[in-house]
Amino acid sequence: MTTETANPVTITAPAGLPFVDIEREFDAPVAAVFAAHRDPELVKQWLGPNGYEMAIERWDFEPQGGYRYVHRDPDGNEYGFHGTFHSIRENEFAVQTFEFEGAPDVVSLESMTFEDLGGGRTRLRGHSVYPSVEARDAMVEHGMATGVTEGYARLDALLAR
Amino acid sequence: MGDAQAQADERLDRAFMALADPVRRSIVARLSRGSATVNELAEPFDITKQAVSKHIQVLESAGLVTRSRDAQRRPVHLDAAALETLTEWIDRYRLIHEQQYRRLDSLLAAGRDASAAASVADHRVGLDPKESS
Repeated sequence: MTTETANPVTITAPAGLPFVDIEREFDAPVAAVFAAHRDPELVKQWLGPNGYEMAIERWDFEPQGGYRYVHRDPDGNEYGFHGTFHSIRENEFAVQTFEFEGAPDVVSLESMTFEDLGGGRTRLRGHSVYPSVEARDAMVEHGMATGVTEGYARLDALLAR
Repeated sequence: MGDAQAQADERLDRAFMALADPVRRSIVARLSRGSATVNELAEPFDITKQAVSKHIQVLESAGLVTRSRDAQRRPVHLDAAALETLTEWIDRYRLIHEQQYRRLDSLLAAGRDASAAASVADHRVGLDPKESS
């Protein structure tokens, strides 16, 4: 993993509240950051964990549009996600539902604020609301095990060189 | 899935066992500043070269270090990725976000370069600014 000074991610999951707040700045203009969320061809290139393939079935990034995609990990396990884009304002705001198909009916509401910081920089703020604190905790802790497996798979590849 | 999980757990156990020794932790710390030969690694310790070799073997079988096939010196290298897996299980959620936003960084940087290159090219050829890939 390269360790050039990347902009830090701030993740806040307050105890006892079903929220997750994620904040991140980018050295790119707000229109480019927004486009990277709007265009499925771009989304595919960055969303999700390293080494996962993303197959996008639908991605209508517009008010009342829908989406579904499947992430495939290096072992071939598939994880599906889907939801609806509720409101979208170009270069400003998006709010969508989000459901991991491995936990059906646990639907979170995710809003994203795109903030133009000037000088070609952008701040992205995400706020997710889960149906319960338990659901939030499960999502945040989910994949702890797969993470380890995946880490070793990467290690195997590295050692096999 | 369960099998892979058990295997991963076992390797994680091995890595932590390997690091449950102050000499081996010193060796890892030294290697984090660059590769070194067994002789170089043995220097700071009051123990035999054999003992140091043993420690390196433990680290090697735990997947934390590798050794070059360079017959003469056989320097020992730290596997930084292996070290990363030791903390990965702590905060997977954060890690995923870190990874994906770094990928988004490079995508945005590539887009900047591409549009700069495209506008230069459009300038030269007098084309419509069309999609560049």
